[in-house]
Parts: sequence; structure tokens; C-alpha cells
Amino acid sequence: MSSSTDLEIINVIKRFGSYNAVDGVSFSVAQGEFFSILGPSGCGKTTLMRMIAGFEDPTSGDIRIREKSMIGVPANRRPVNMVFQSLALFPMMSVGENVAYGLTCRGVSRAEADKRATRMLERVGLKGFGDRRVTALSGGQRQRVAIARCLVLEPTLVLLDEPLGALDLKLREHMKIELKQLQAMFNTTFVYITHDQSEALVMSDRIAVMNQGHFEQVGSPRELYNNPQTPFVASFVGETNRWSGETASASGDAVTIRLPSGATVQGKGQAGKAQSLCFVRPEAIALGTDQASLGNAANRFEGRVSAVLFDGANSSLLIDAPGFEKPARAVLPQAGPLAGIGVGAPIHFGWATDSMKVFAA
Amino acid sequence: MKPAQRLTLFLLMAPAILWLGLLIILPHVEILILSFSERVAPRVYQFGLGNYLEFFTEPLYWRTFARTAIMSILVTACTLVLAFPIALYIARVAQGRLKAMLLLMCLLPFWVSELVRTLGWMILLRETGVVSYVLQSIGLASQPVELLYNDGAVILGLVYGGLLFMIVPLANALESLEPSVVEAGFDLGGSRWTVLRRIVIPHAMPGIVAGSIIVFMLTVGNFATPVLLGGKNGLWFTEQIYAQFITRFNWPQGAAFGMLLLMLSSIIVWAGLRLSGQSLGTTLRQA
Repeated sequence: MSSSTDLEIINVIKRFGSYNAVDGVSFSVAQGEFFSILGPSGCGKTTLMRMIAGFEDPTSGDIRIREKSMIGVPANRRPVNMVFQSLALFPMMSVGENVAYGLTCRGVSRAEADKRATRMLERVGLKGFGDRRVTALSGGQRQRVAIARCLVLEPTLVLLDEPLGALDLKLREHMKIELKQLQAMFNTTFVYITHDQSEALVMSDRIAVMNQGHFEQVGSPRELYNNPQTPFVASFVGETNRWSGETASASGDAVTIRLPSGATVQGKGQAGKAQSLCFVRPEAIALGTDQASLGNAANRFEGRVSAVLFDGANSSLLIDAPGFEKPARAVLPQAGPLAGIGVGAPIHFGWATDSMKVFAA
Repeated sequence: MKPAQRLTLFLLMAPAILWLGLLIILPHVEILILSFSERVAPRVYQFGLGNYLEFFTEPLYWRTFARTAIMSILVTACTLVLAFPIALYIARVAQGRLKAMLLLMCLLPFWVSELVRTLGWMILLRETGVVSYVLQSIGLASQPVELLYNDGAVILGLVYGGLLFMIVPLANALESLEPSVVEAGFDLGGSRWTVLRRIVIPHAMPGIVAGSIIVFMLTVGNFATPVLLGGKNGLWFTEQIYAQFITRFNWPQGAAFGMLLLMLSSIIVWAGLRLSGQSLGTTLRQA
């Protein structure tokens, strides 16, 4: 890798007893990148992060920051700072003291540390908050203090362990944008851990999807969403329809699959010898009032609306169709002839072969 | 309030009021009055400050008083230094059964009376005791060593007696410290010492103050330990009170000493709270 690599993880394994919490993970993060590790709880992402921060030692493998191995370097000597899930602000100190803490640990004089802390608080939009107690801050403000406390040390790497988890929905949406802006403003490398795929998709330059201790796929949010490499990524990242059935025929990457309940669908990908899994995104399903409106999509079906899930721009329909054991989910455009459709209405739906990803089951 | 409710409230409050009134307020009022009565002739008493003047004019009295105060502060400090790592271990490191076991082990010596515990120390420390015997048999001493009847023995016995009362509030306070706050302290570059000084100790402050107040009060008012382990050199102020009441049969003088001791502990506790910036309310919640 080039010299602009900030973090390099080389075949890291962490074993607890006979259980591999992290099982041979390798990746690298470039300078200034916003890198996310996305996975369900218990997938090992927190253990991985704690090893980068220096709170756990890997059983084997190497962790390098700017080409220097961090094995055996204690947490307080690493150029890495962490924003904890609970934020872990120091309640016994004021906001200013919280931010200045790391500087005074490094031997910066009190006066200088206070000056830099004040400047940092201004940059994160907390001007004049220096003397407040941390308990007197709102959730979003505490978040900013936790990040300011790290950034003031100008670390090579900032680790963020699901810091938005405790916030309410509105604030979380707001903080996603704010975090991204902060990261761009300071041009610091961020490694962000989350189980929330929308957080990862919105903020990241690249995402690693983690499952049961190993990486399933690493790529840009677009790549992960449009070209998932494994069934886990296909079902974990974004909304999707998932069916399994037996492989009827396969030539090249074009596959035909027969669902147990009778329908036959066509998609692209690597079919299994006997059984296959197929995924299609709700927004890839075209809807129409008659056959003709679907054009020449390879998969065309007819069914009835079983539920309308109204959620503004994210509204969708569940469609019951003969031959499908589970209802198909399709995005319902809120502008167009179908906007006012009700439960029980007949509907035609379909999708192109390219929109359906097939994996061996 | 309905009459029935008022009656219920009264009945519920009655034990507390009786306890407070009969066992605490009444005797202290009695002692306060007694301390101001001077004997002018056999069985003739009149109001006066003589008993208090006697305290200041007789060096033995106020020196013993000052000695008790200073030694008690020393004992409290020693107990705190000893108890802190133990409490830290119980609160942060030990888990589940081990934690319960360790607390039980701290509690165990308190199942026997203070007198028996102190006698245990005497068995260890006296001239013909265990420590003396061991020192002789490994050749560190050529003759029996008397380890009793000095200030060291008194401090040892008092620290031992106070340890539990320091460990429990300390462990309570330390337990409520979030592990990630300690980790954040390290993560931002703090050394062990910085984290202890700037995060752990400030967080444990209410527990430190609560434990110190309890240990100090127990120590200042202790009687058996200084008498048994200090012998004639014990010179604890409670001995003076005992002597006035029982040996000299001078109750007014003893009462004056009692009031002075009460004032001493009140002033030192107040000073301790002021110095540590804690309020009595938060401290009591911790204890």
C-alpha cells in the first residue's frame, strides 16, 4: 500500500477460549477516509475496534498505524482516540477540562491546553460552553464534546463505536450529517462501527460488512448495495426481497430458479448446484396496472396488494401473488397513477434479470 | 389530613422519635447541664465554667486531647491508604462469587466483639507472643521483643478496626464508575497515575469522605483498643472520660470532657467536608 495508509490490519485473529471473535481480518484505511465496519451485534466488530484502540491484544496478526506496528503499545501511547458508545465524558470535569484532558496528559501547559480546548470547542460549534458541566449538555452537544476531546489531540485515527446509538431518531439523522462534515473539515481518518446500515451507507467512503468474525465484503456503499458478493451482504445492507428455490437451469451467469410455491424467476449470479438464493431490491420492482406497462422485463407477475406501508417517500407495497410463499415488497412512488392504490387491488409487477442477484444456497 | 392518617403517621414516627429523644437528645442535654455544674462543697453544686477551665489549665488533659485528635486523623489516613486498593480490587476487578467472598472476609472479624479482636492482636504482639517467637526463631531477634504498649500497636489495632467501614463506602463509590470512563482516560493519553488522580479519585470522593468520617468517629470514641494495646502509654481521651466518671467519681468533669470530644469530632468532620468540597447530604447517601 502507498505511504498514505493510516491503518493496516493484517490477518488479525482474536480468540476467547475456543471461540474466534475476530477470525483473520485484513484491511487498510487510507488517510482521510471515512471507513465503517458494519455488522450485527456479536459479529466481533467491537472486539476489532478495541484491539485497534489497544484495550485488547490480538491472538495473532498485526495492527499497523502509519507503518508502525502497534502490538505491545499500550492504549495511552497510540495515536488513536476513541469515541465511546456511551461517550464516556468525564462527569467530574467541566466541558473545557474534558477537551483539555488529553493535552495536559501530554505535558502541554494548563494555559496552552485551555487555549487549544477553547479553540476546538469553537470549531465544533460549542463556543462559550467551556465552563459548563457535561451533565448540563444535550445529547448532540455531548456528542460534539466527545469528538472534540479526540480531535484536539490531532490523532492519526479516530475510532467511533456506535456513538449515535443513544440518540433519538431526529437527532441521529442530524448527527450523521454533522459527523460527516466534521470529518471532512478536519480531514482525519475515521473508523466507524455500527450495526445500523443507514448510518454506514450515508457517512462512509468505504464499508466493511462483518459477520461472525470475518469480513464478508469491503467496498463503497454503492458497490455493497448494487453488487453484494455474498447472500449475507445482500440481505443485511438495505431492504430486499429474499426467496430461495431450486436451480432450474443455469447458463453462464443467467440463472432460472423455481420457487417451492411454483413461480419461476430469472436472475444473474452464481447458482448453487441444487438450491439457490435470490434477492431483488424493492425499488427494482416495477409496478403497473396492466402487462404492457411492465415493458419487456423478464420476470412479470400478477397479484393483489396485501398491504400498503405508507412512509412518505419510503412507502412500499406488499403484494401477494400466486407462486410466491412470501409477499413481494415493492417501492410505491408517491407521484404517479398508483399513488392512491388500496389493499386488495389487482396489480402487475416485474423486474429485469439484471436486478435479481442469485447466490448458491 | 384525616385524623386516622395522622394517627398512623404518629404511630409510625413514634419509635424514631422515642429513640432519638430518649437515647440521644436527652442524655446529651443532661450531660451538657452536668458539665456546667461546679462542686463548691460536698453535695453542693452551682453553675460555672470550672470544669472547662480545668481542662485548659491541666496539661495532661489537653495534651491527651490533642494527641487523640492527631492520632485519629493519622489512623483515618492510614485506613484510607490501605482500604483504597482493596476497595478498588473488590469493585473493579473481582467478579461474582469472588467479590462476595472478599466482602465477607472483610466482615468476618466483626462477628466477634471488639474486645476479642483486640485480644487477638495482644496474642500476636506481646513479649511471649507469636510475632516475637517467629522473630527469635528465624534469628532476627536474640531475646523476646515487646511489640505491645506503644503508639504503633494502638494505630495498628485502630486501623484494623476501621478497615471495613472504609472499604464498604469506597467500594460502593468505585463500583458506580463506568468502565468506559476509565478506558477513555487511558485512551486520551493518561497514565495510570493520571487516571487515578483525575478520574478515579474525584469520582470516589463522596465514598472517601463518607468512609473517613465513619472511621474517624469510631477511632476518636474508641476505648478498648487504645487501653489494651497502648497500656499506660495509650493516653486516649476516652480514658480520661472513663477515669472522671468511674475512678474519680467526678461526673461534671467527665461530662465536660464528653462535650469537648463531641465538639472535636464535629469540628473535624466539618473541616473535612469543607476541604473536600463535599456536602453532608451526598456523603450520607454514599455511606
